Amino acid sequence: MILLETKQLSKSFGDTHAVDHVDLQVAAGEVLALIGSNGAGKTTLVNLISGLIPLDSGALLFEGADITAASVHHKIELGIARSFQLVNLFDKLTALDNVALTIFSREGKTRRLLSLADHDSVVRREALDILESFGLAPKAQAIAGGLSQGERKLLDVAVAYALRPKLLFLDEPTSGVSTREKAPIMDIITTVVRSHHITAVIIEHDMDVVFTYCPRVVAMHQGRILADGTPDEIRRNEQVTANLLGTQEPA
Amino acid sequence: MSDIVAPRRVVAWSAAVLIALALLPFIVPAYQTVLLSYGLIFAIAALGFNLLLGYTGLLSFGHSAYFGVGAYAVAFVVKYARIDSMEVFLLAGIAGSALVAALFGVLCVRYTRIFFGILTMALSQVLWSLAFKFFWVTGGSDGLRVPTPTLLGGLVRMPTGASEDKLGFLSHHYYYYVLALFALAVALMWVIVHSPFGKALQAIRDNETRAEFVGVQVWHYRWVAFLISGIYTGLAGALWVPLNGLTTPDILHWTFSGKIVFFTVLGGFQTFFGPIVGAVIFNYLETYAVGNTVYWQMVLGVVLVVLVLALPAGIVGTALRLWPRSRKVAVS
Repeated sequence: MILLETKQLSKSFGDTHAVDHVDLQVAAGEVLALIGSNGAGKTTLVNLISGLIPLDSGALLFEGADITAASVHHKIELGIARSFQLVNLFDKLTALDNVALTIFSREGKTRRLLSLADHDSVVRREALDILESFGLAPKAQAIAGGLSQGERKLLDVAVAYALRPKLLFLDEPTSGVSTREKAPIMDIITTVVRSHHITAVIIEHDMDVVFTYCPRVVAMHQGRILADGTPDEIRRNEQVTANLLGTQEPA
Repeated sequence: MSDIVAPRRVVAWSAAVLIALALLPFIVPAYQTVLLSYGLIFAIAALGFNLLLGYTGLLSFGHSAYFGVGAYAVAFVVKYARIDSMEVFLLAGIAGSALVAALFGVLCVRYTRIFFGILTMALSQVLWSLAFKFFWVTGGSDGLRVPTPTLLGGLVRMPTGASEDKLGFLSHHYYYYVLALFALAVALMWVIVHSPFGKALQAIRDNETRAEFVGVQVWHYRWVAFLISGIYTGLAGALWVPLNGLTTPDILHWTFSGKIVFFTVLGGFQTFFGPIVGAVIFNYLETYAVGNTVYWQMVLGVVLVVLVLALPAGIVGTALRLWPRSRKVAVS
């Protein structure tokens, strides 16, 4: 079943075609990597789909329904969530509250003015469970702004995951962390995503990460989709090797 | 779990403070309780103001508007309806400030930072000039008089006669009236900032974009915060005017907004109780500076500059750093 479909999606910044007539289909349940050099249009594509920036032309379909004009709020209600490349957290709140606030929002409970947030044991329990599955339980009471970069990356994903989305966009979940930390982070993320049958689109630069964790890879170049296939197909694709992988790919 | 906000500890501390405040009229001269009434009233305004600054991340430079509307709404009730019931005063003050805050809020909440500050200030200055120019309604710079009200639906009224009766009434009956409303306002605000709604405001403060992307409709929440903030400040204005006996355009002027900002920064805007402490202390500082020197503005200015330089986190914020054990009670 096709969960998300973009039709001729386009966005220009001045003369630059950041996203240039992109047709992409994402099937329910798959874990897909979006690769490409800097400026290839990966993040812009995710920004367009998630609603962070308005699109110029084209259409968006989610579960067959047209959501081209839907607000960010509506897309979230439908089940589209995202994390951010540059970590975007509520820095003065605790890790627990970052997740709990997201659950309150999902449940429509943020309209409540006259009950104490900490005393909602159902939300608190769920928030702790989510932190637990992301390996952040020991940091539940730590202020988000004081966490390590790796922990912040995980918390950023945990916050998006707390919305219980159907489709989750992860914008470089391992950027800015040491090589040693990348695999553990991806292990945690892919385990959570797979065990809850969440469809995930992951933007990633590290080809080792991509080829290890993502059964389908979409390569972008200059705003267009250059190739789309299994890791093996992508590895063998000459255009991809020439434009993206370059010397990273041993012969 | 020990890390849950402990209402019991806060309640215990607050009860102790409240009892002390309730005993005060039996200990100190009447003038002192009247002075403290002013402080508590300003504290309500600062508490409302800080819902925007400390919890939502919006610096309003126009809160004189809501204080002034609260006060003038009371004065209009007196002038046009000849009512002297304090409860009617409060309803009028709340209704008036709610209306103005709802309207101004719609215009302001789409902006942040300096744009928000300037816009709130400009709107409040419009009200100030209206109060000045429409003198046949507002009394112009002479202002409007407000008599001592009757309390609790006329059950408590000032005994007629000698002039010290008024001071006795204000320092006793009216002080308790203010104290009760102050306690109620503090308790309610404490719940609001610890509610899921309060968390959403803090999320908006910390990261507007992310708040939007966890489904919080940012403008809507800012507007509700703006409305609550305005109502608190309006309530303070309505309580202030019978105490002062007179309302003039001064309290609509932006310099009064500046005072509300100062209460809050002085006490510490990153703490719940900071604005309360700041308002009460500022009120004492100002009163004694005015009473003891003709250069009171300079003296006050110097004292405040020194305080802010020495205590950038505010009085309560600094106290929390010095005595970290008190954090559990006071920080949130």
